[in-house]
Amino acid sequence: MPEAAQREVTFAQAIREALAEEMRRDATVCIMGEDVAEAGTPFKVLSGLVEEFGKDRVLDTPISEAGFTGMAVGAAMTGLRPVVDIMFGDFITLTMDQMVNQAAKVHYMSGGRWKVPMVMRTTLGATRRSAAQHSQSLHAWFSHVPGLKVVLPSTPYDAKGLLKTAIRDENPVVFFEDKMMYKLKGPVPTEEYTIPLGVADIKREGNDITLVATSSMVQVALGASTLLEKAGISAEVIDPRTTWPLDEKTLIDSAKKTSRVIVIDEGYGRYGVTAEIASVIAEGAFYDLDAPVKRMGAMHVPIPFSPPLEDATVPTENSVFEAARALCNRN
Amino acid sequence: MTTITERSRTTTTKAEQALRMYRQMLAIRLFEERVNDLYTRALMPGLAHLYIGEEAVAVGVCEALRKDDYITSTHRGHGHCLAKGASPDRMFAELLGKEAGYCRGKGGSMHIADPATGNLGANAIVAGSVGIATGAAFAAQRLGNGRVAVCFFGEGALGQGSLYEVMNLAQLFRLPVIYVCENNLYTEYTHFSETTAGEILNRATAFGLEATAVDGQDVRAVHEAGSRLIERARRGEGPGFLLANTYRYTGHHVGDIAREYYRPKAEEHEWKMERDPIKNLTKWLLEQKLADSAQLSAIESELTVEMDKAVEFAVAAPYPSPEEVEQDVYA
Repeated sequence: MPEAAQREVTFAQAIREALAEEMRRDATVCIMGEDVAEAGTPFKVLSGLVEEFGKDRVLDTPISEAGFTGMAVGAAMTGLRPVVDIMFGDFITLTMDQMVNQAAKVHYMSGGRWKVPMVMRTTLGATRRSAAQHSQSLHAWFSHVPGLKVVLPSTPYDAKGLLKTAIRDENPVVFFEDKMMYKLKGPVPTEEYTIPLGVADIKREGNDITLVATSSMVQVALGASTLLEKAGISAEVIDPRTTWPLDEKTLIDSAKKTSRVIVIDEGYGRYGVTAEIASVIAEGAFYDLDAPVKRMGAMHVPIPFSPPLEDATVPTENSVFEAARALCNRN
Repeated sequence: MTTITERSRTTTTKAEQALRMYRQMLAIRLFEERVNDLYTRALMPGLAHLYIGEEAVAVGVCEALRKDDYITSTHRGHGHCLAKGASPDRMFAELLGKEAGYCRGKGGSMHIADPATGNLGANAIVAGSVGIATGAAFAAQRLGNGRVAVCFFGEGALGQGSLYEVMNLAQLFRLPVIYVCENNLYTEYTHFSETTAGEILNRATAFGLEATAVDGQDVRAVHEAGSRLIERARRGEGPGFLLANTYRYTGHHVGDIAREYYRPKAEEHEWKMERDPIKNLTKWLLEQKLADSAQLSAIESELTVEMDKAVEFAVAAPYPSPEEVEQDVYA
């Protein structure tokens, strides 16, 4: 983790810095997507990049997710390192053939002879009042597919270091950003650093229960752990940071230490990331567990628009706190 | 601009070029006849989609390409791969799932790929490679290496929306890509007129692409039309669309034998007798006195020996060892 007395930047700025640094370092890195140039995306994450790198490297495309994602696959095979911007994670559905049948399989199908070093940046997360087609967290879909890597940063520091690594990776990497987190501030060093994919981070150490949380749910888990502390329960918060590669060892070691685990992820629980991680922990730490591994994800409903309804669909500090207390037999 | 690799085939005279195209078309025909044989003798696993009857399209177009230019191919792709320079022994080895194959046996008939000849891969998703070809053209343009990309697809791909997304992108960015639509009249088991509204060329001209139709059974006409579009694209004048009207002599796949429910035998007979690309070129070569029949027979004997040896090589070649199953999922 970064040293003390560092500057703080927002999650969005950390992303922007990672892109700018990698584009300065490597002339083959380019960005393509809808309204990525002068508009800097609706979230303003890319503001300023077109001014520095020009429209040849920050490329506004038509609203053709399948088309420009496919183009990125071909460009990645032939000498560029494209970073594709899919504005809302819900729109990955339009890129499925290109990512799942093409990008993920090219290296394997060609016997290792073609590579696809591309990144797809997209968003996840509800509670923005954007309704069912702009609020989903669909990272489990890509995590399911051999050949893809999936990154879920939860802090500005992680976002910057992981994105730089993703851009340098020789494989297709899907990078999910929580759209509600873009304004979150956190320490980020001025000097260069990268974070390897497949290494979990212990966000908070504890002894009584492990909260495995991803992306948007890391802050929720940290909030819950503060509440738990007051109730006399010491929670450890672990962020896998990537669903693939998955740092199984860190998850299992923590489960063995605390003997109780809740897995929290904003995707749907059904056949989802929480199911996979819970299974990894159950298999790896079964004889050290004092309770079944609990999963908390989005409710199994399309995300509703009405604020009180939408808020009910995702885990919160309080719901995690209550679930943890129950799991520790303290309610 | 980077240095342009000189074209491996140095055209000297029209006669040499015509003979080269004759040899290549015949090589594909003999290759495919052996595929049919291997498949029907149960030596080849999976599926086999033969290119017999359509040889002039791949050969005419690829004759106009440099070795470092790119192609993408289809499930009916053996002809494209051979015309771009693939070697029959490693092709057969791949078809049989052997380690000596182009993809170490991991791709098979529908996924031959070869960086050395600019073959970005055959693709078993109809229109699955339109993005890849367009992206390769994008990279060529950005890297200034003077290459073009040719995207081969059957008329069945006209039903896929991604084709229109990438043609729009290609024209917007003036990409050096040529879309070659091989209309062999049948989308699997359905006549194209039942699946294709309007005029095919209009679909390309709507985006401003330079579009031409050509008799796909006349290799010299294909070469001439293909060259014009390819050189135009190479000069930076934008993408092209070549509609090659051709015919699939055999079934959709080996084993599609009872075809009368979707096309009459008389139709097949007429194409084979009147419009065979190899017969017609032979006739022209003899009429023009560019070759005599002894010379053509010698070529055929030579190719027959080469193909039989290639089959022998592939049949005798070892399968990959089981531990290779997990290799190359990631680069």
